[in-house]
Amino acid sequence: MMPTRPFDPLAEAIADVEGVPDVFIRAMAEPAPESMGEQKARELVIICYSGDLEKTWASLILASTAAASGVPTKMFLTFWGLQTFVKDERRITGRNWMQRMLSAMQRPGISHRKLSKMNFLGMGPWMMGTLARQYGVASPKELLEAALALGVELMPCQMTMDMFGLTKDDMVEGMGDPVGAATVIELLANGAAPLFI
Amino acid sequence: MPVLEIAAQVDARGLSCPMPIVRTAQVVRAMEPGAFVEVLATDPGSQKDFAAWARSTGHELVEQSADDGVYRFVIRRK
Repeated sequence: MMPTRPFDPLAEAIADVEGVPDVFIRAMAEPAPESMGEQKARELVIICYSGDLEKTWASLILASTAAASGVPTKMFLTFWGLQTFVKDERRITGRNWMQRMLSAMQRPGISHRKLSKMNFLGMGPWMMGTLARQYGVASPKELLEAALALGVELMPCQMTMDMFGLTKDDMVEGMGDPVGAATVIELLANGAAPLFI
Repeated sequence: MPVLEIAAQVDARGLSCPMPIVRTAQVVRAMEPGAFVEVLATDPGSQKDFAAWARSTGHELVEQSADDGVYRFVIRRK
């Protein structure tokens, strides 16, 4: 008689280590499906790490389209990616001088993003915005509204909230509760499709 | 050709990716199952996108045509 699953020394070793989440152990112990092509991704998790205009734009296009296509979609907002989701009208955020100075150096908010290249003191983003309007491309702000209306979940990173001194009141409407990396890892280990932008 | 009873219309003319799909998805959500929506778009990419979107959502793309740079889609909500 065949055992239910082949003996996997690595999985057994991991199982012996104290404190390893169950979800990891299950993921390690289960053989990979024969054909990944047949399996549909159940969920999409976009890890928004960058606060650059062009990357924010790409994340929100993909998130809103995924939600429109019936794919449950979550955005995990971390490091500079979290600054994007501070309310536009907040100028200075944080409690201590370093947090406040960082927000002064790079203004938070979805309408104040800078290009990673060719920013030219705002000329680049201004031209991008003008071209976008001319060609009917939705702005990041419009895409965020559509994404939220379609049920995209926003998960702010607790560690980044603390480090930048951000409060729930600083964040845009529709923001979910802060979570940590383990929440994201559980989603990924359970088969969510990841994007790191 | 029998005339379909269109329950809703989406005018996505002049809008770029992904707004034709996003707007349509928002309208389709509010419709009854089996109802038809008509979409007008000018984004050439929408021809492939609406077919892909129909496959991933399960809604049925029942008509698709192009006339002078305007693409018309009729979709039946599943």
